Amino acid sequence: MAPSAPPLSVGADQESRPQPSARPVVQTPGSGRARQGRGRLSLILVFLVLPFSVYLALVVYPFVQSAWYSMTSWSGFSPDQPFIGLENYVTLLSDDRFRQAVGNSLLLLVIVPIFTLGSAYALACLVTFGGRSVGNVQGIAGSRFYSTVSFFPYVIPAIVIALMWNQIYDPDAGLLNGLLRAVGLDRLQQVWLGDPLTAMPASIVVMVWALIGFYTVLFVAALRGLPLEMFEAARLDGAGRVRMALAIALPNILTPARGAYVYMGIAALDAFLPMALLNPTGGPDFSTLVITQDIYLTAFREGKFGLACAMGVVLAALTFGFAGLLALVARFTERWTP
Amino acid sequence: MSVIAGTSTRREHGATAASHLALWGWSLVVVVPLIWTVLSSFKTTSEILDSPLSLPAHWSFDNYINAWAIAGIGGYFLNSVIVVTGGLVLTMTFGSMTAYVIARFEFPGRGLVRALILGGMTFPLFLAVVPLFFILQQLGLLNSLPGLIVVYGVFSYPFTVFFLSSFFADLPREVAEAAAIDGAGEWRTFFQVMLPMSAPGLAAVALLNFVGLWNQYLLPLVLNTDQTKFVLTQGMASFASQAGYSVDFGALFAGAVMTVLPVLVVYVIFQRRLQESVTQGSIK
Repeated sequence: MAPSAPPLSVGADQESRPQPSARPVVQTPGSGRARQGRGRLSLILVFLVLPFSVYLALVVYPFVQSAWYSMTSWSGFSPDQPFIGLENYVTLLSDDRFRQAVGNSLLLLVIVPIFTLGSAYALACLVTFGGRSVGNVQGIAGSRFYSTVSFFPYVIPAIVIALMWNQIYDPDAGLLNGLLRAVGLDRLQQVWLGDPLTAMPASIVVMVWALIGFYTVLFVAALRGLPLEMFEAARLDGAGRVRMALAIALPNILTPARGAYVYMGIAALDAFLPMALLNPTGGPDFSTLVITQDIYLTAFREGKFGLACAMGVVLAALTFGFAGLLALVARFTERWTP
Repeated sequence: MSVIAGTSTRREHGATAASHLALWGWSLVVVVPLIWTVLSSFKTTSEILDSPLSLPAHWSFDNYINAWAIAGIGGYFLNSVIVVTGGLVLTMTFGSMTAYVIARFEFPGRGLVRALILGGMTFPLFLAVVPLFFILQQLGLLNSLPGLIVVYGVFSYPFTVFFLSSFFADLPREVAEAAAIDGAGEWRTFFQVMLPMSAPGLAAVALLNFVGLWNQYLLPLVLNTDQTKFVLTQGMASFASQAGYSVDFGALFAGAVMTVLPVLVVYVIFQRRLQESVTQGSIK
């Protein structure tokens, strides 16, 4: 973004002038300075202290409380919160439903980013340099149209996405089986969300469908930010589109790609919305139950708040473990690449 | 360059065609379910159950009227507008203020504040939701629209602060100095100089927040269980789950279309800026 230079700017003789200190406000003499000080104090109080306190009370404090509740056997409605140490965590270790939920969440953590980011990157490359390779490197004709269409699922509410796909997957009245029947592939028809074998893959398709557009647009912007000469030079050396995508462009957008992977991973570990809305009871044989959904069921359906909080702590640990692992990988790859 | 072009023109055409084919294929995968949903919203329930691929026999807005009136989508819609608007105003006002202070002033504990903001974005919302339920209960804000407004505002606050602080940090320092020389106090500098200058950033973050809050489901699901105060996403979910038995599928599809429409309008109007802001925010 480039905000137009305001008329106030006085930075004409920057080089002859020593750089100002880190403090943003220039030292004005006398009473003005005292007024500045008071102004800044009230500013910090109202701008930072007030909203941040509310944030601490309503966001940070619940997180901390959760860690405490996880060591109680609190049911949520009893006034007492008996402390039981790590017992909830021991219970979780042998809780088959929870272990399945963790497995499903980890599966999503691996599969969803691979498909989403892989397809999104491929689409982004097609949009940015899939065009004619004669003359200047350029995007494919209609690239704006493709980005717009592709981005669209991002703005559809998850509830509508789930509702829509629930109907698409409907065994009788659904679009998918309807299309299969129309082309004579009746044998491929499935009870997509009702069969333990297909429920998870079908749900993953919905998640990927909803997410690809967002990451395509992100990658397109990252690719457009790269210097054009790099592509021209690679082209002169005879690099094709695939080489260009994998060997030339990819190493140069690793930072945004990693950021995308972190977002993506956090979304995949959460996954409450698509999963709970597509399969409200956790799918056939809990085949699509994820940790967040298990937390919801445990806390608000079964009234085991202490246990649910312990699950939340496990989820937080997984999330941070994942983010930390990526940061570690990043540090190593940065060290080893020149 | 012309040599390369001459030798491989045919392959060129083939590759370009393949690119278009792939992109068209994906566009169809995105668009077909949407078109199918819109078409189904005009069919009667028996038509929907009879054949998924047929076109509606009569084009009428009956389903829309039914969804709006009988399913109460109208009321949910209004609740959503109130809660999202309120939450958006809160988060943008206080988020931009805090972001400004974090970006432009040195003060003790700034690192900690930043870490807690980042933590609020990373921690799974689920971990907070159970205690939050009881905090709101104690404050008497459970099952109320004002409570939901506060929660929407405060839970999108870290995101707003995080993205806006990079905008404020990028503004040229000389501007604030010049304003100070001209005698503007800190408050005036913020409201009359800095805020207008970061308008593009504000608009972008506001848009992302709008989409996020409009689509929010988990917070109202847990904190707002009074059916008359349901927001649109909740209303649609309960409409769909009552379904199963004697659902009015036509009205269900119509409700889905109505839920998307406001976001669609915002998207079409601000489409370019939204895409830009997604990328600006994430690349930083």
